[in-house]
Amino acid sequence: MIKEYDVIIVGGGITGACTARDCALRGLKTLLIEREDLCDGASGRNHGLLHSGARYAVNDPEGARECIRENLILKKIASNCVEATGGLFISLPEDGLDWQAKFVTKCREAGIDARILDPEKVKREVPAVNQSIIGAVSVPDASVDPFRLTDANALDAVRHGADILKFCSVEDFVRESGRVVGVRVRNAGGTQEIRGREVVLAAGIWAARLAEKAGVHISMLPSKGSLLVFGHRVADIVINRCRKPSNADIIVPDDAVSVLGTTSDKVPFEDCDDMRVTAAEVEVLLKEGVQLVPSLAHTRIIRAYAGVRPLVSEGGDGRSASRGIVLLDHETRDGVPGLITITGGKLTTARLMAEMTADLVCSKLGVNAKCRTAQLPLTGSETAERKVSKVIDHKLGNKAQEGTLAAVGRHGSESLKMDFKGPGAELVCECEQVTRAEIAYSIKEFGVRNLQDLRRHTRIGMGTCQGSHCVRRAAEILAEELGCPDRAGEFLNDYLQERWKGMTPVLWGETLREAEFMRNRYGRKDYEI
Amino acid sequence: MQENSLSVFNFEACQKCSICNTVCPMMAANPSYPGPKKAGPDQERYRLKDPAFYDYALKYCLSCKRCEVACPSGVQVADIIQKARLEHAPSSKHPMRDAMLAHTDFMGTLASPFAGLVNEVLPLRPVKAVLDGAFGIDARRTFPKYSSEKFTTWFHRKTEKEQARFDRFVTYFHGCYVNYNYPQLAKDFVKVMNAAGYGVHLLEKERCCGVALVANNFGRQAVRQAKVNIASMEKAVAGGEEVLTTSSSCTYMMRNDYSEVLNLPTDGYRDSLSLACKWLYGKIQSGDVKLRFRKDFRMKLSYHTACHMQRLGWQTYTIELLKLVPGVELTVLDQNCCGIAGTFGFKKENYPYSQKVGSVLFEDIRRSNPQAVVTECETCKWQIEMSTGIPVLNPISVIAAALED
Repeated sequence: MIKEYDVIIVGGGITGACTARDCALRGLKTLLIEREDLCDGASGRNHGLLHSGARYAVNDPEGARECIRENLILKKIASNCVEATGGLFISLPEDGLDWQAKFVTKCREAGIDARILDPEKVKREVPAVNQSIIGAVSVPDASVDPFRLTDANALDAVRHGADILKFCSVEDFVRESGRVVGVRVRNAGGTQEIRGREVVLAAGIWAARLAEKAGVHISMLPSKGSLLVFGHRVADIVINRCRKPSNADIIVPDDAVSVLGTTSDKVPFEDCDDMRVTAAEVEVLLKEGVQLVPSLAHTRIIRAYAGVRPLVSEGGDGRSASRGIVLLDHETRDGVPGLITITGGKLTTARLMAEMTADLVCSKLGVNAKCRTAQLPLTGSETAERKVSKVIDHKLGNKAQEGTLAAVGRHGSESLKMDFKGPGAELVCECEQVTRAEIAYSIKEFGVRNLQDLRRHTRIGMGTCQGSHCVRRAAEILAEELGCPDRAGEFLNDYLQERWKGMTPVLWGETLREAEFMRNRYGRKDYEI
Repeated sequence: MQENSLSVFNFEACQKCSICNTVCPMMAANPSYPGPKKAGPDQERYRLKDPAFYDYALKYCLSCKRCEVACPSGVQVADIIQKARLEHAPSSKHPMRDAMLAHTDFMGTLASPFAGLVNEVLPLRPVKAVLDGAFGIDARRTFPKYSSEKFTTWFHRKTEKEQARFDRFVTYFHGCYVNYNYPQLAKDFVKVMNAAGYGVHLLEKERCCGVALVANNFGRQAVRQAKVNIASMEKAVAGGEEVLTTSSSCTYMMRNDYSEVLNLPTDGYRDSLSLACKWLYGKIQSGDVKLRFRKDFRMKLSYHTACHMQRLGWQTYTIELLKLVPGVELTVLDQNCCGIAGTFGFKKENYPYSQKVGSVLFEDIRRSNPQAVVTECETCKWQIEMSTGIPVLNPISVIAAALED
């Protein structure tokens, strides 16, 4: 910790992590503060979709242009976080083809490579797709791992000199003659003041409440989006509906699962800390999802979850709420110097949001430094493919190599830091192929507190069995690595509660059987519903 | 809510209970085999994401299907693994050997005319050394001898006309081993059927069932041959005849794997395809057939349930049938895999695992000390004879030997 930072960024989601990286790369003394673990809020509760911009092409051409630019940049700089799956926009008979014509024109105007495909060919090549399609357009959508992208940005920020304070909440701002000059934070160790020349709020929907403490009002609308996780990849490509954006009209292949979403409902601020998916939402998602991929009607759903979009309504009412990037300079807007808010936007455009923010911070600080985040590869994706292939020697059929390919897929060249030999070879999570080596690396690099934190950095317990197979072993290993062997039981129980929360809305069929198996295995408990 | 949550990917029913791992003979013998749970449902999710996740160690799966027998959720674990191998397995380091082992029909056609010579040459030490060194066929293995006269040749020359005296018929799928190596079993089959009052027809066209092709990743060839067999069996069944076999592996392949692994239609014949013992036991029970056995027949036998027999769940019919034969003293062995898994155990790199898997069974056989072991699987026969020196008979041969002349 140093005495005064150039910039303090509040919020360890994707926007905050990208902003911290950008500022650190420009040579600013940077601090990132997060009240929980990185990626705990909306950044970890979305589709994992790297938009091509096509979805916005008709209604928001500027957003579409931002998306395609960032899409191409992230494919280059974040190769271990992005899988260039491509995307489809399908038209069903009831949709007609009018929207498709407009859509393709608008995509091309925005610079998105949209191509009209022969629906018959699409039906053959993507057998999962609704076979009654009358049209299909290909776009460069992709799948992105938001946990990984946040981690990679945070790691790179740290490696360029930034500090990160996790599990530490901002209680208030430190003000001197109207100017924000720092933050007062609370963590397990108590409260303290940290001084910063500029403070950036990158806290998603939580920015509104924080800003009030500085006497600044930001009109935000929390918008809940619910999603379903299906047990395997139903298709290798993102499938969208070619019509006016609506509920549950995108399915994304994320890692070994498929994620269907989303809904969009206004919710009160007080619900934002604990989002629960309702039965009605599950019903809407399923009803619409089977229109994209009919087999979803009988594909195992392993979990449901929800996140909150930080929509900003600067005009005042809900309809004009923008999903675009909102950068607020509170010095000019509200007469509160030293405070900046970055919000709105999308996972896809987080890097651009960070660039805009860092530009503003630099101009305030009188620093003349160019943004380099669009060119420098992120941590883990330094295209060290030859080196990485050393790690992957799975063709030997050697047991010690199990899980290494998955680790390389998740961490890219960072996996070279993992020791897959000896105890590290133990495969702990068999669904998601997480080895002890990957666990040890993640504990060291990301400072995890519990199994839920560990999950965000490794995918442990995120597969079909939701941890029922591995959670006890994982809890023991975590407790051992953290040097607190007596806490294994506590880790296990906390984790099961969290898994249960996601399984409850979809508790039927195979997932119900799994839940019963889990309950009988770990003992009956009262779960918080 | 969904009506069910089982897609075409039956692995979704997997609850990760790992019972399959506890019954996998390979997992116990070879620590580099990931076991059925991982090799099947777990890794399949990742193979769907990226074929690079194909694990080379899947080659160790014996396709014994014990995982499927054990699975409380009905996951077709072995089929998932077999399909993954057909789709993703890298090319073999011994392509020539694998092709020879897999194409049993072709090799039989080549070898039969020179059976005497082939049988003399194959067991010679220098020949074995070459097969071992250059081809990767373990020198400790001995190939089954080829017969100088194929069963089909004998059938057409010696007995086909005689069969016409019956007024009811069964159709016999003989299989490669019987045709090229061991026609005596087929002759025993004809004897037993005739004694039961049934004439024997052969299929219009018969090809190798393809079990060895599939195991050696010759999927396309397997489909071609299966289609010939399916058409012939459909024709026989449409003509009102049951199709009988004397091999549990051929039967399982054609009843189950044709549809489950090769995605071919089996509805036209599946319910009418059976093992001779099951069919015969049913006929005896219903009173349709009465067999007369010799009074002086005495034999101490141990019954080995072949893995595919266990998967079919039909061993009970054979056991009950053998119990009907006066003079048979029968020990039913604990159900353990013999380890050969068709062509698997012939491969040099697999030999130690093959023998390790089989060791429990061999010990049980020695302890029961029979005159002969009885089993429906020809490759179990080779393995048990090679590993214990005790002769192995098909139950139909036992019935044939016990029949009153």
